[in-house]
Amino acid sequence: MDILVAIKQVPDTDKVRMDPLTGTMVREGVDTIVNPLDLYAIELAIRLREKHGGKVTAFTMGPPAADKALKEAIAMGCDAGVLITDRAFSGSDTWATSYALSRAVAKMGAYDLILAGERATDGDTGQVGPCLAAWLDIPVLTYVGSVESSDERSIVARRLVEEGYQRVRVQTPCLLTVVKEVANPRLPTLRGKKFARQTKIAVYGASDLDAEPTFLGLKGSPTKVSKIFYPKVTRGGRVVKASDEASTDLAVDQLVAFLEERDLLGAGDPVRGR
Amino acid sequence: MNEVWTIAEQGGGRLKSVSFELLARGRNLADKLGVRLVSVLLADSIGEEALRELIERGADHVVCIEHGALRDFVCETFSKAIVAIARERKPQIILAAATSSGRTLMPHIAVTLHAGLTADCTELDIEEGTGLLLQTRPAIGGNIMATIKTPDHRPQMSTVRPKSARALERDSCREGTIERIALDPSFVEKRVEVLGLERDVEGFENIEEAAIVVSGGRGLKKADNFKLVRELAESLGGVVGASREAVDRGWITYPHQVGLSGKTISPRLYICAGVSGAIQHLAGIKTAETIVSINSDPEAGIHKLADFALVGDLFEILPRLRKRIDEKRVAGRAKLANEEACS
Repeated sequence: MDILVAIKQVPDTDKVRMDPLTGTMVREGVDTIVNPLDLYAIELAIRLREKHGGKVTAFTMGPPAADKALKEAIAMGCDAGVLITDRAFSGSDTWATSYALSRAVAKMGAYDLILAGERATDGDTGQVGPCLAAWLDIPVLTYVGSVESSDERSIVARRLVEEGYQRVRVQTPCLLTVVKEVANPRLPTLRGKKFARQTKIAVYGASDLDAEPTFLGLKGSPTKVSKIFYPKVTRGGRVVKASDEASTDLAVDQLVAFLEERDLLGAGDPVRGR
Repeated sequence: MNEVWTIAEQGGGRLKSVSFELLARGRNLADKLGVRLVSVLLADSIGEEALRELIERGADHVVCIEHGALRDFVCETFSKAIVAIARERKPQIILAAATSSGRTLMPHIAVTLHAGLTADCTELDIEEGTGLLLQTRPAIGGNIMATIKTPDHRPQMSTVRPKSARALERDSCREGTIERIALDPSFVEKRVEVLGLERDVEGFENIEEAAIVVSGGRGLKKADNFKLVRELAESLGGVVGASREAVDRGWITYPHQVGLSGKTISPRLYICAGVSGAIQHLAGIKTAETIVSINSDPEAGIHKLADFALVGDLFEILPRLRKRIDEKRVAGRAKLANEEACS
């Protein structure tokens, strides 16, 4: 089973600090990591290869430094990496990103399955997966929480939806986006890291892809950012301290009054409420 | 003039409440533009009364596309159905819910129609002069808000989180039209087969569509103590959420996880106990209407985001809070019964 894993390099939010004066995020000097949700996709890909054989290729679009993310994927157990990088791609929205990725996939050759994290922790749209499937005209299952069975022709997966789990059988080739519970990602091994250092990452620029130039980058993106602003993190809410029995009772009374003021006590689902 | 559309959602032949929330958003935009608001529903079969409700809650026109294959969500079938009528009728705006189906369907449609799509909008407005849709959304874990426009492509498409807008009151005097059309059978996706829906999975909760969510974190100390959170949620008619730490410790299952690697939610009320407020957790709740934090650490990050920060011992506070809320409920019922008896 030949599997492609779409990954993204994102800022490491664990290391993000808040500016105490403005209440906004300090972005300078923030490290980059593989999007945490993509690790689940990488792990699932490696497990499916262990079961079926074949090859796992991680691919990403980003600046030249994004090859670090691909090396990490290889250190975990992927066989190869493809970096899609070119100034022509910069400023892409999800429409233009997924178009460029689809042209890169076309260049990579035959595959059985494409996996991706459900969304990236920076852009947080979850759109690139379904968009990529639409470009490639392959079926897409999102929010996959587990793969029940798989063979060369089809996959049975459980999608985490609002009411529970939707069980679906899908023919390959197809694209799945996965959530955390699909697999617990392994750590890179020393051998994996060594292999990653030795592995040459394939690099695709815009001219390597059979792509419509007007569909690329900022120019090819239907959506345009017209304004960016930094909301204050603090809401300046009321702070009430409860240290002993009397102050706890008082604090609870104040909280109940606060909820009543905001008309929230009856806001719940009456069927659930006793 | 080109219409504003909302994509309604149903399950088991019943409309989901998010369909009405979308109509409230859409009504505002359609009025500013002076155009019709149309609600589009895909279903296997649905009664006239349900479609009437879409009109009573804001739609001028309802399009119901019907086919047995539309009982369960299959992205490709739904996408083809909507793309076909959108190509013919050319709406200027399409709004859908940021649900598991809406967030899958809308990107698929956007690629096919060569349209601009913005995810998880918290505010939608019309720009004066140009009539363009202004879409405001949080990014980078809610630390940045971006306003996005689609100048040259139509339709302009957005997804909106459930519970982030309130539905309009039902108005039985509102008039509108209902149109039922059959799905072109060639649109039915043959590569995908829905085998079933597992409901009532043990401990499963639908935290994204709940109006009230009560969450627990590491401060609960052990799995057993989640019952304090569960009981409070039950008293409030809410559902149970959890921080990543609580899920990673195995105290509760992943579908409850709130935050960057879990779910991003916008309930009317979010109460969390023993949650420190890591930036990833805060990102999942930034758009909640009211946040109440209960944590003994006065420096906990969660207190800074809260509208009401209670610094104290959750083991003392939660049982008392639940008791007070239960008393209120009983008192409220007695009052109601009394009023009914008098009238």
